[in-house]
Amino acid sequence: MDGLRRHKSMFLLPGLLTLFLIIIFPLLFTIRVSFSGWNVSNPSMDFIGGANYTAVLHDSRFWASITRLILLAGGTVLIQYVIGFGMALLVWREVRGRRFWRVLFLVPMMTTPVVMAAIWQTIFHESLGPANDLLGMLGLTRIPWLTESAPALFALMTVEVWQWTPFMFLLLLAGLLSLPKEPFMAAAIDGAGTWRTFWKVTFPLMAPVSVAAVVIRLIEASKLSDSVYVLTSGGPGSSTETPGYYLYIQGLRDQQTGYSGAMSLLYLVLMSVTLTVVATLLTRAFKLKGDS
Amino acid sequence: MRSRPYRALVAVAAVAALTATACTAQNQAQQKPKEKAGLFKPGSEISYQKYGKDYPATKVKDVPGPCSYDSISRKDYSGQTLKIISHAVPVIGEPTQLHAKQFEDITGGKVEVVNVPFGELHQKILTPLQAGQPAYDVMFYPSLWIGDMAPYLEPVPQEYLDTPGMKDVTEAYMDVATWNGKVVQYPVDGDRHYLKVRTDVLKDPEWKAAYKQATGNDLEVPKTWAEFQQIAQFFTGKDLDGDGKRNHGSAEVTKRDDLTFSAFISRAAPYVKNPDVKGGVFFDVETMKPLINTPGFVRALEDMVKAKSTWAPGGANFGLGDEIFSFGGGQTLMSYSWDDAFIQAQQPDSRIRNQVQAAPLPGSSEVYNRTTKSWDKKANQAPYFTWGWTSAVAKASRHQQMAFDYLCFFSNEANTALDLTIGRFGVNPYRYAHFDPAFWQEQGWEKDVAESYVLTLSGMEESRNRVFDLRVPGVNQYMSALANGIASAVAGQESPQQALDGVAREWSKITDQIGKDKVQSAYRDVVALEDNS
Repeated sequence: MDGLRRHKSMFLLPGLLTLFLIIIFPLLFTIRVSFSGWNVSNPSMDFIGGANYTAVLHDSRFWASITRLILLAGGTVLIQYVIGFGMALLVWREVRGRRFWRVLFLVPMMTTPVVMAAIWQTIFHESLGPANDLLGMLGLTRIPWLTESAPALFALMTVEVWQWTPFMFLLLLAGLLSLPKEPFMAAAIDGAGTWRTFWKVTFPLMAPVSVAAVVIRLIEASKLSDSVYVLTSGGPGSSTETPGYYLYIQGLRDQQTGYSGAMSLLYLVLMSVTLTVVATLLTRAFKLKGDS
Repeated sequence: MRSRPYRALVAVAAVAALTATACTAQNQAQQKPKEKAGLFKPGSEISYQKYGKDYPATKVKDVPGPCSYDSISRKDYSGQTLKIISHAVPVIGEPTQLHAKQFEDITGGKVEVVNVPFGELHQKILTPLQAGQPAYDVMFYPSLWIGDMAPYLEPVPQEYLDTPGMKDVTEAYMDVATWNGKVVQYPVDGDRHYLKVRTDVLKDPEWKAAYKQATGNDLEVPKTWAEFQQIAQFFTGKDLDGDGKRNHGSAEVTKRDDLTFSAFISRAAPYVKNPDVKGGVFFDVETMKPLINTPGFVRALEDMVKAKSTWAPGGANFGLGDEIFSFGGGQTLMSYSWDDAFIQAQQPDSRIRNQVQAAPLPGSSEVYNRTTKSWDKKANQAPYFTWGWTSAVAKASRHQQMAFDYLCFFSNEANTALDLTIGRFGVNPYRYAHFDPAFWQEQGWEKDVAESYVLTLSGMEESRNRVFDLRVPGVNQYMSALANGIASAVAGQESPQQALDGVAREWSKITDQIGKDKVQSAYRDVVALEDNS
């Protein structure tokens, strides 16, 4: 029996090895690197204790970027959820050209983020871009899209919402299509209108999918950096600098390998804790909604 | 019994050593090219047209010498592969690819080129070098990284230093290629910041009269940053072309992580480079105390913040490409940076072709004296030699001769003459022979334009009050911190003084982290160049 079990375990070995090589090893390596002073002029795996972690805790630029990310990720994911749910509801039932709409809604998600950010940069270009031309035609004042803090944040959020709403749409549509028909029939027999059916039946039944979709998007949004890189380089000033972009500067451009290792691990822990709390709170909120 | 494993180990080690020796011998053997018949006659006509329609029909003569088409085509590198890393296409990346293809065609060797965006180039080059891996034989990168790269570079062999092309490289660019007395970078480009203006506006009698009436001053090419600001301010919002569109005073590279630091240093140079004060512009070389928050730099940042009102819409987020097309396309009256915007304005299809002029960077009417801690009232000008592309061969390369031959071919007289005329290549004058107005007139430039360009560049070479980049280990970190401070002040998040105080604190931290002695030793070389000592 033991021999058979050992034999079976052998079949798991390739998978486990792959898992170790692509997940566990880089993680362990990052942990080791984070305790070293490895930088551009000292590429050595020495041991400097927790100095990097202490420095990150005192790095005001890092914490400012975290605060900014909460606004950016929270705001964009909420908007994506509302629009994505709306779009999913639109094509859930029988509508003309349903397949066409479903594919069309997915197009932004299938494009490369960096390329799309470059196209949006042209759209928001203050001299040549169509966004300001359109405002001009409507008789409105031109907006300094990428050179003032508030418009730059708005521009960044627009790109994020445009790019990722289809993902939300896809998950929510899959959720809607898997809902049982009975509760809706019962609601119809009870004489519930559209709004009441949505609020009392559809929304609570979609709770598990909604929580999953929001959390997955929050995880993705927490890594926001490519559109920042192309659109604003974190500017004006540091108004759009996110932790992901700051990590890129520290780790790849300035080659502060040890420091950026510590920063990425601290960020990982922070995000894991925050997202777990967010997921728990969301589940509880949806459950309460369903119970009421 | 115990001796068996020991013997086995010795046997394995011996086999490994023999194999390694054999491989090394093979590699050594690979380095030498075989001789073959040349494919070109001395003085043949050279053109890039067979490599694509994007290249101009310009033809030049192959100049005889060890790097010529004729000489290089006599070397047979078949069976060898050269690995090159370069910047993304087109700037320096496109000529790297083009000359790689030509080199393959005439030598039979294989050349693999990897093109990498600017933001990743430093890391992609340095990490394998630090790990001792010969990932690339040849590297193209900004010359100011010499402090990080030098330990891993193979000095240029004497036979290449003795080539006529190398002997013609200007003194400033040989200095830029030198580290601790050894030439470790192979010069392929010469970059400086200078001023570009539209002469169709600045020499127009009506505009001159209007400017005189409004400001009381004559409208001329600005000689100081104060004059620059006044002219830029006056023309901002005016229609200079009669096309119903508003034009603007100035285009500058302002995007935070897109070489803003170079633009800022250009503005600061005349305020901080006092010809009477030796010992460093960025640091006091004796104490390594940062000088970045001293009054000269603060004045320059205040000027830059003021200049915002003269920039085109979006001008506070202009990368180099935006600056090139803003001036080169005629949107702005003036700009200052590298040659690209000027060459763009001089392209055959440009609407401002031959209506532009090059001039030295504006100066100042006073310069800060950090020893007396006061402003010296005197006119001051300080040309800024701002990095430029360079190339080098890795010490760990197994194809060093092929690598140096490739660079020798890349920068031969015929190729360089053609590369200089293609603005997007990013190759700018770096040899004395390039300062010949006749060459530019042959490209269709008018005499005045060609002379202003050549005299501006050659004049910078003659100056004895020059500013060079901070060529020390960790330069990216220093410049990144500086760009962050500049962006913060331009965005109005901090005052110029507060922003630069923050930069100074960052610089001190970086120096401590890298090691004061290490940075100081490298900085002494920069100071020696600036102090002409």
